[in-house]
Amino acid sequence: MEKANTDKYVQLEHVNMTFNTKKGTFNALKGINLNIKEGEFISIIGHSGCGKSTVLNLIAGLLHPTDGLIFCAGREIAGPGPERAVVFQNHSLLPWLTCFENVYLAVERVFENETKAQLEARTHAAIELVGLTHSSDKRPNEISGGMKQRVGIARALAMEPKVLLLDEPFGALDALTRANLQDELMKIMAKSGCTAVMVTHDVDEAVLLSDRVVMMTNGPSATIGEILEVNLPRPRARLALAEDKEYNHLRSEVLRFLYERHAKKSA
Amino acid sequence: MTNTVNKLMPIAKCFTFGSSSSLNVQAYRFFRWILPPIFGLFLLAVIWAMIAEHTPELPGPIKTWASAVELFSDPFYDHGINDKGVGWNILASLQRVGLGFGLAAIIGIPLGFIIGRFEFVARMTAPVISLLRPVSPLAWLPIGLLVFKAANPAAIWVIFISAVWPMIINTAVGVNKVPQDYMNVAKVLNLSEWKIVTKILFPFVLPYMMTGVRLSIGVAWLVIVAAEMLTGGVGIGFWVWDEWNNLNVEHIIIAIFIVGIVGLLLEYALTQIAKRFSYE
Repeated sequence: MEKANTDKYVQLEHVNMTFNTKKGTFNALKGINLNIKEGEFISIIGHSGCGKSTVLNLIAGLLHPTDGLIFCAGREIAGPGPERAVVFQNHSLLPWLTCFENVYLAVERVFENETKAQLEARTHAAIELVGLTHSSDKRPNEISGGMKQRVGIARALAMEPKVLLLDEPFGALDALTRANLQDELMKIMAKSGCTAVMVTHDVDEAVLLSDRVVMMTNGPSATIGEILEVNLPRPRARLALAEDKEYNHLRSEVLRFLYERHAKKSA
Repeated sequence: MTNTVNKLMPIAKCFTFGSSSSLNVQAYRFFRWILPPIFGLFLLAVIWAMIAEHTPELPGPIKTWASAVELFSDPFYDHGINDKGVGWNILASLQRVGLGFGLAAIIGIPLGFIIGRFEFVARMTAPVISLLRPVSPLAWLPIGLLVFKAANPAAIWVIFISAVWPMIINTAVGVNKVPQDYMNVAKVLNLSEWKIVTKILFPFVLPYMMTGVRLSIGVAWLVIVAAEMLTGGVGIGFWVWDEWNNLNVEHIIIAIFIVGIVGLLLEYALTQIAKRFSYE
């Protein structure tokens, strides 16, 4: 076993992914190689259907690669684990549990040896972190979409993961709520210092939040086309960046990749 | 409350009976919800009376009503094994349905969960269920009589076998319909099988399960009359048969109403329970 390397905290080596469908085999991913540093924020961007969510599910351990290896902290990923928490696109909160109970469900599994009071304190802390203390006894259908997604983030963070996996976390939200949550996520990530991998199709979101933007080619047999370093200083302010030369340059790089070199053939 | 009243106002204005607005709402409610059902029942009584007019053997509504009043003035008399009050007969039937239905729930619901959760078991049981489910419940009566060597357990067995299928199938369907998202949550949170069942499967499946339970109680109550006609003893089904032998047609018609009303009440009670348990 390799010793945990901070430069290769999460490692994908020659990963291929093939799905067996009714119409035969579908080659989703081909030859994915990616090293993610500890504490790094990575965005995976690409057109819909390019397999970017598949990459995330592979790291989460929800899928197993057809070929290739995936490591996290020097260990091969065999399945889902508490060190890799997932924020789902559609929040995936259980509708019959309150916000508190949804978070508690995750906490009690990860910290099995702690007392009930300790577990409750953790749950409260996570809910406070996302600013939802006042709604913690509400059910998901009683709160807004943005609040649901906050609970989803609280649930993931409460597990104290090493790697936070975000699957288009703000895709279903309106632009204002999205901007708000992006800013908060940046603050939370700065505090927790954990590694994050986010799947997105929003160019601004990718550049604003990430240290590196992984751009994927179109499927089938999608692979990593290019990786863009984002060396903007943190903390990043949305308004200041809007007129920043470097930011706009990076933004147009991503746009160029997506719409010139790998434009999706419209149906 | 005031909100609903306001919403109803424009429609209620169509009926300009009273000067006060609340009276209008009451009038609206009466025409919308109370009058049509009463009219329907009245129509049934009229058709019944017209048929009875031309069929001397069939008693009309008024004669039947008089007989019902007499019958229900003393529903719990007991003149030996073959002559008990109608109340006892209803209770005896309800007890059989309760037992058969309860057993069906105890076995059917967990079985439904297992079938829904494990594909192998689903494939294994599919041919057996498909084969046995369409069989008329009464066809099971001889088997019950043979095995249990008594009429009462055989009747309960028939109830069991007819009530168990909707519960198995609806529970299994519910388990199958659990969204993949929730199962992914369970995987990512690494939940134990026990937590998956109690925190995800059970709350999600409950509405499906309650549909199965409601269908089951309907079938069970349908079947009990027929089963008791064949097995005898005390019970509403036997009572119908007994009154046919006595040629007391009023009582047979009363029995039809009793079966209908009790079935309606059972269904209503279960619907209310289902509403209480729904998370939405």
